[in-house]
Amino acid sequence: MPRTRFQKQASETTEPEATPEKGSPVEVQDSVKEVIPPPAITPEAEILARAQAGDHHAFAHLYSLHKRRIYSLCLRMVGNVAEAEDLTQEAFLQLHRKIGTFRGDSAFSTWLHRLSINVVLMHLRKKGLPLMSLDEAMEPSYDDGPGRSFGAPDLSLTGSIDRLALERAVAALPAGYRLIFVLHDVEGFEHNEIAAMLDCSVGNSKSQLHKARLKLRDALRLSLRKGARK
Amino acid sequence: MIMDPKSMSCEEFQEQLADLVGSGADVVNHPHIKTCQNNCLRLYEDLQTIADAARQLLQDQQPEDNLWERIESAIKKK
Repeated sequence: MPRTRFQKQASETTEPEATPEKGSPVEVQDSVKEVIPPPAITPEAEILARAQAGDHHAFAHLYSLHKRRIYSLCLRMVGNVAEAEDLTQEAFLQLHRKIGTFRGDSAFSTWLHRLSINVVLMHLRKKGLPLMSLDEAMEPSYDDGPGRSFGAPDLSLTGSIDRLALERAVAALPAGYRLIFVLHDVEGFEHNEIAAMLDCSVGNSKSQLHKARLKLRDALRLSLRKGARK
Repeated sequence: MIMDPKSMSCEEFQEQLADLVGSGADVVNHPHIKTCQNNCLRLYEDLQTIADAARQLLQDQQPEDNLWERIESAIKKK
């Protein structure tokens, strides 16, 4: 199975390795007995081990290391700041409960990332948002249809998308479309991985992604047109 | 069913865009594009631009400073 963009990043982080306890000097040569002060930045593997053993300060340190990535993931998936903060809180509470079960089969950041995605998906299901609409996906409507672009003014997006405009357009997508777009185009998951996460078919995932991109195109072109008028 | 790319309609071509965008395929030289009188190439380029731009969104953002206090408080309650 191909690795996702996220996994590629995560796997590049330092693998956990045995490190001396924080505060203890390190002996480098038996004969010389020279001591080196402990490093100012504690390696994550040590922090993780201490958090797994119930050290609250270590858990706080893990939070500070991962809060930005997890909060940003939640924000991209739900498109709402307050909800994203609640979900970040829930993700770290779940981490607190489950951290003892992490066995190091994958990078910790990958494991936490997956756990957080599951928290968001569970939240969306509880809210009753249809993550995937098979009918909608398989029956192109007038609004979403591929032919919609014909007859529209000749306005190219190439080289003209700025980050803020894209962020706004993604946040305005219907929940199901946003989810697929974020998981595939932003987070780098493959369609088979998304299909497994959302319990839908690969074809459905592809179809939803295509529609999400079409909707984003419409929104971005509209934004360009408005900008041109000003 | 295997489709003949030369006789593909715009609609049939666009149904394949979900696979083509981001695949690195040479879409400009796709048989349909070479004969298409409509905007299929422009549509492909726009969707490819969107897929490329999506990576900009990976940039991390900072949660509110008091979020840790909320988490800490919730942990203590349990």
